[in-house]
Amino acid sequence: MTRDGAKRRARSGGPERSGPPPGAVRLSLSRTGRRAGLFCLVLILLLLANATRLQVFQAKSLDDNAANRRNVIARYSQPRGDILVAGQPVTGSKKTGGTLAYQRTYTDGALYAPVTGFSSQTYGNTLLEGVEDAILSGQDSRLSTHAVWDEISRAQVPGGNVFTTINPKAQRAAFQGLGGKRGAVAAIEPATGRILALASTPSYDPNGITGVGQATVADWTRLNADTTQPMLNRALRQTYPPGSTFKVVTLAAALQNGLYSGIDVPTNSPDPYTPKDTDHALTNESASDACTNATLNYALQVSCNTVFGKAGVDVGAQNMVKMAEAFGFNQSNQTIPVGVARSNFDTDLTSEAFLALSSIGQYDTAATPLEMAQVAAAVADNGTLMRPRLLDKVTRSDGTTVQSFGNSRFGQPVSADVAAQIQQAMVNVVNSGTGTNAQIPGAIVGGKTGTAQNGVGNSGTPYAWFISYAKPSASAASPVAVAVVIEDSNANRADISGGGLAAPIAKAVMQAVLSG
Amino acid sequence: MAGAAPVPGDSFADGPFAGEPASASAAGAATPAPPTRRGVELVLVVLAVAIAAYGYADVGSNMDGKVPSDTLRYGLGLGALALLGHLSIRWRARYADPLLLPIAVLLNGLGLVVIYRLDRSTPNDSTAPTQLLWSTIGVGLFIAVVLLLRDYRVLQRYAYVLALVTLLLMIVPIFLPAVYGAKIWIKIGSLSFQPGEIAKIALAIFFASYLARHRDALALTGRRVWRLELPRGRNLGPIVLIWLVSAAILFLEQDLGTLLIFFGLFLVMLYVATGRIGWIAVGLVLVGLAVVPVALWEPHVHVRFVDWLDPMRTIRLGQGPSQLAQSMFAFAAGGLLGTGLGLGHSYLIGFAMKSDWILATFGEEIGLVGLAALFLLYAIVVVRGFRTGRLLRDPFGRLLAIGLSVLLALQVFVVAGGVTDLIPLTGMTMPFLAQGGSSLVTNWILIALLVKLSDAARRPDPPVPQLITPPPGTDAAGLATSRGAGGGGGDGDPEEETQGVPRV
Repeated sequence: MTRDGAKRRARSGGPERSGPPPGAVRLSLSRTGRRAGLFCLVLILLLLANATRLQVFQAKSLDDNAANRRNVIARYSQPRGDILVAGQPVTGSKKTGGTLAYQRTYTDGALYAPVTGFSSQTYGNTLLEGVEDAILSGQDSRLSTHAVWDEISRAQVPGGNVFTTINPKAQRAAFQGLGGKRGAVAAIEPATGRILALASTPSYDPNGITGVGQATVADWTRLNADTTQPMLNRALRQTYPPGSTFKVVTLAAALQNGLYSGIDVPTNSPDPYTPKDTDHALTNESASDACTNATLNYALQVSCNTVFGKAGVDVGAQNMVKMAEAFGFNQSNQTIPVGVARSNFDTDLTSEAFLALSSIGQYDTAATPLEMAQVAAAVADNGTLMRPRLLDKVTRSDGTTVQSFGNSRFGQPVSADVAAQIQQAMVNVVNSGTGTNAQIPGAIVGGKTGTAQNGVGNSGTPYAWFISYAKPSASAASPVAVAVVIEDSNANRADISGGGLAAPIAKAVMQAVLSG
Repeated sequence: MAGAAPVPGDSFADGPFAGEPASASAAGAATPAPPTRRGVELVLVVLAVAIAAYGYADVGSNMDGKVPSDTLRYGLGLGALALLGHLSIRWRARYADPLLLPIAVLLNGLGLVVIYRLDRSTPNDSTAPTQLLWSTIGVGLFIAVVLLLRDYRVLQRYAYVLALVTLLLMIVPIFLPAVYGAKIWIKIGSLSFQPGEIAKIALAIFFASYLARHRDALALTGRRVWRLELPRGRNLGPIVLIWLVSAAILFLEQDLGTLLIFFGLFLVMLYVATGRIGWIAVGLVLVGLAVVPVALWEPHVHVRFVDWLDPMRTIRLGQGPSQLAQSMFAFAAGGLLGTGLGLGHSYLIGFAMKSDWILATFGEEIGLVGLAALFLLYAIVVVRGFRTGRLLRDPFGRLLAIGLSVLLALQVFVVAGGVTDLIPLTGMTMPFLAQGGSSLVTNWILIALLVKLSDAARRPDPPVPQLITPPPGTDAAGLATSRGAGGGGGDGDPEEETQGVPRV
């Protein structure tokens, strides 16, 4: 009998009727109970389906949600791999006792900060810590030797190690040479492009900002508020007008393009020199120097603006751009693998006046210390420019190699013949010109000073530059090329010259490398 | 009036259950006693304790790299509790379902393990010892119920008393200071108790008792309003009144989870008793109408609703992840197999991670596979409860067994659904797993009642003298009840045997 039937009967019995009407039916407990039981099982199945949604289908997007701290916790749950200098780690890890278990430490923070950058639980990773983060944190897929099993067992792969090309002696010489001044040093091994030193002062100790909490924030705030910008990597990320050091590039352009047959032939150069499209005459620092029609050798020795300004104009904008770019200017995406700021030589110069200024490292010409070290390195390496690199290899925690970094040739800005002549001129600068402070007994040193103008109407303190290379003997390959820049020195203006301030630092770095 | 006469055409006339072994109903004195299955229970209990002890050791080895030195003590302690429970069943409920106790022991043991594990992440808040104390109290009450409740049908007589005492207990916290923003606690010393928890069982008993007595009148008489057959006020009145009062109290106390469970229990039991699906629909519609304004305008509830619909909202607003989002992160992090005990980060959930949110830790550390196993354990208890309901012959017993099973299923659904973003969060504790004494004790009593019901369901019919002879002091009514349980035969509608039970 159906329930409808029962209803019908109940209705016909009238609302006032008490007790079940004859023939009325209710569902038995067994049937309703079974339905209730099924209902309960459906509820539990719904739970299971919903858990599957979270744990399988949406798991990835939930795992990757930026607000999900698990990725951060996992990252810091094991010691970070180390960055090594000459086989010795300059980084470390310490237990925090907090949620983020391990925190970065630096053995000699201020010294290597321009190389390592920092790895902070609060502020992320920069420089090598940034670009090699996947290796150091253990997330790089190449680190895992049993990828499938590690995925299943959720085993965490220990962080790999990063071996730099830095020469600790050269690095220390550069850092100590800069001392309390504001400036930077970049040193390269010319034949390989290996970067031997990257110093920037004032520096900072990244140990103060690696963790979390108030002290970290306070230190970070202090560093950012500091007007001397201690966290700025001046060797890679700051460009300066290279001033007279750029004359090496102009010299190369003049010789390579056949403007003059050699460094010892007289040039066709008035003093002062007034380019065609201006009234402003280009003069020289010292009126006593015989820059009129001077040889390129002499012009480099005493740094004649007139000779090189006119040489740039005579070579032509196009050839100057070509030579500058052959030495590494105007690269937007240079990485070593840390990114390097673009050094500039204007490509759209139509004015002879500006071309002349650009050719002596003024106007819009700007270079990082690393770029100017590349110029010196290419000259020292007989005209071949190697791509500068900061890394030798990265390894797994057990020492097996993940990736080796080989030498890579960037180009050949000048022929070996021209390079030899430039070397001769640069050696002359050190032996008897503006760069005598860089002389190293028993070694052959070539260099070029620079004193670049700075500020509106040249009101600022000039930048003192020095670029150089050294060889243990005339026939030997050069093991080091270096560029030094000092900005805003407290010394009085007359003393500011590349030779006075920057050359001794370059000398110290070269000596550190030469002494092995 | 209630079921005064066998109803013609009642489908129950076709035998207790199709497919059930006849021994349950038609057993005579000559039928050999069914196996007690106590050996199976003992083996399963030992297994449950072993699994829990392994979990404890695993937490230690995963978090400290070594097995905790007190693993043996933990295993032996839990084992002793479980063994006492087992012995009490052997003594006073030897035909009970052999799966109930082992599952309760396993769930309680795993709950202790995970609470201990979370204690390790919250060094200043050690709750496992208290939970162990509550487990002991829970098992103690389990044993007390198994030993002292000679016949569950006694409960039918005290249904109204139980309901009233419970209502009083529920009212008391309103006059006490709020704990964690809710006035649902009674605090004595360091132990706090939620009367709303134990009220669930009292209410299930009351519903079962009332509906068993009035279900015919409810189902078969009434007045027609529009197209709906409504029961008469005097039949439905008392039960609706009790429900409304408790609902009002819970609403005032903002204990929405318990309110939801009360409501679900009421509807399901009403349906089981009367078979009127239309009433359920009406009830749902009415509650739906009541919930919408509350969800829209009551700030506390509104937040829960908004979170449910869009759990990642607070992240987009830059306020960081809500607890629900953190819980979902935990489940996602667990994936299929889980991180392993002690290796997850569910502590990021923060407040109430060991109670309301404990399932997230299970989800993260034992994965979907482990979670499915947990759900399966609950489902087994629920199914066994329903099976007991089918085997029993008196409507009260049937409704009580079903009601208790529904109660467990609803608790699991409301809590697990809440923390996995299936339904709005209500803030409740996962049965047996979660930290919280009231809930634990209540669920141990629930299992004890199911044990007694299943014992009565499988117990062979012939009166065994030593089983029904009451100890001195048992009143005559209890004796009569016991006889009622043992008596009966294969003929007649077994549901109607409740008439032997004295009314309140």
